[in-house]
Amino acid sequence: MTAVAEAGAAARRRPAHRSPQVRRRGKSPTLTVIMLVMFAYAVLPLFWLLANASKTSGDLFSTFGLWFGGDFHLFANIGETLSYNNGIFVRWFGNTVLYSVVGAGGAALLATIGGYALAKYDFPGRKLLFAVVLGAISIPGTALAVPTYLLFSQIGIVDTPWAVLIPSLCSPFGLYLMRVYAADAVPDSILESARIDGAGEFRIFRTIALRLLAPGFVTVLLFSLVATWNNYFLPLIVLNTPDWFPLTVGLNQWNAQANSGTSGAGDATYSLILTGSLLSIVPLIIAFLVLQRFWQSGLATGSVKQ
Amino acid sequence: MTAPARAGLARPFLRLRVAGYAFFLPFFVVFLVAVVAPLAYAIYLSFFQERMIGGTVFAGLANYTRAIGDALFGAGLARVALFLVVQVPIMLLLALGCALAIDSGRLRWPSLFRITIFMPYAVPAVVAALMWGYMYGDQFGLVGQIGDALGVTAPDPLSHSWMLTSIANMVTWEYVGYNMIILYAALRAIPEELYEAAEMDGAGAIRIAWSIKLPALRPALIVATVFSVIGSFQLFNEPNILQKIAPAVITTSYTPNMYAYNLAFNGQQINYSAAVAVVLGLVTVVVAYVVQIITARREKTL
Repeated sequence: MTAVAEAGAAARRRPAHRSPQVRRRGKSPTLTVIMLVMFAYAVLPLFWLLANASKTSGDLFSTFGLWFGGDFHLFANIGETLSYNNGIFVRWFGNTVLYSVVGAGGAALLATIGGYALAKYDFPGRKLLFAVVLGAISIPGTALAVPTYLLFSQIGIVDTPWAVLIPSLCSPFGLYLMRVYAADAVPDSILESARIDGAGEFRIFRTIALRLLAPGFVTVLLFSLVATWNNYFLPLIVLNTPDWFPLTVGLNQWNAQANSGTSGAGDATYSLILTGSLLSIVPLIIAFLVLQRFWQSGLATGSVKQ
Repeated sequence: MTAPARAGLARPFLRLRVAGYAFFLPFFVVFLVAVVAPLAYAIYLSFFQERMIGGTVFAGLANYTRAIGDALFGAGLARVALFLVVQVPIMLLLALGCALAIDSGRLRWPSLFRITIFMPYAVPAVVAALMWGYMYGDQFGLVGQIGDALGVTAPDPLSHSWMLTSIANMVTWEYVGYNMIILYAALRAIPEELYEAAEMDGAGAIRIAWSIKLPALRPALIVATVFSVIGSFQLFNEPNILQKIAPAVITTSYTPNMYAYNLAFNGQQINYSAAVAVVLGLVTVVVAYVVQIITARREKTL
């Protein structure tokens, strides 16, 4: 936890701008205590998950939830989760990585190039196209999921990775964010002097603009990563074969198994689900911690300027 | 504008236009496939009906009139509307309070709070729903355990009367930190001179929060509200997961989105499901728009 605090402090120290008048007033214990309640609200469920993923099936049902059981069984549970049913969990994990990396990477790249085009090039229809895409932000992804399934079954790509990947590539919010970001981050003067030097437009983008757009790109990448990593509704609809499931759909299949009790192994399945859940959240939490400087500054741009 | 002077007017202009279109094209193609085409297809399907005799026939607005008079759909809409009216203000007020506290400079360990309160956002909704569902549940549920430890009968969070509250708690847990970060980012963008000027005028902390910070938060608050409204109407993941844990309480039409899903996949009523999805989308867009207008106007009169 200290690493977290230090990284956060570093991110905050950088634009040190709080005025002396605020610092002079000193800390308020009351405020800190109130915020500790919020802290507990955010963290206790995650701690519960860690504690219970570390228990044997027996302890899970017989010991208090907010502390560890008699044996520290986490690593044994991880081993069981990874090997259960010929390692289907590993397969799901791999699928999630594939869908997120390709989907979110592609979405961030397309949004960056598209947002750059809208911000820095004056072409007829530009305003209209931006308005249409903005309107699409308020069309909820889940409202599109059922029609997407119907359309994809017509084309014949249902139950293939494409059915998950193609919709993930489209991030209207990412485009909006990058348009706003590119307007400030890439000065017109740099583009013009590069043109005078005879550089082609694609080369200007690749060698100059892309570097300036990097913080915005990382922001869109992270939030697309969360969206695809956590995606549930769409893969639930468009996939049937367990071998193609992402973690979210797979974990819920285990949950259905545990609660129906038909398999007879209900109780042991709960341990698998808890351990699997724990494993599935670790990568994103690490990504957010490592990249926090980027996404916090990127998000600031998107939410402040309209 | 140095370029036109060098190469004449027409050619650089054309070059820039072509480059602009070329850069925008990849996004637009995906946008057409992923958003426009499904939307158009849903609207097309919603005008047809499958009959026992004669197969699929054009039905005009029949699916829409049915959807408007559908009690199950109406009950689902009413449920998410109630959810929205209660959950969204609570969540946003909590987020606002946290953002102001972290920004105030009077809090110990502000960056620790900022990161940890945001953390649940990185947890997949499915995992959040499973985790909270088990904590609520009767197998190894935490709520029951705490009740036992205190010697009282805790209310059953998965019962009929508590379910919506339990879902609201899950959604609040997932998104309060995300909204906090958006508001906090807006607070950080307030220029230092404003604080200095207020200080010179002798304004206190409360006065500064009210007269400088809240107005500066307006755009971010509107964005957060609109996204929360959209999210409420689209509620699916949490109730769909809890359905496995509490099948007696969560029906197949618990939220409009679950209804559309179950119509298409368990009821084989694809055309009607498309109409329900379109109506839901329209309701969402209209409500989001109205919320935006109301919040924008109310803040203007302040």
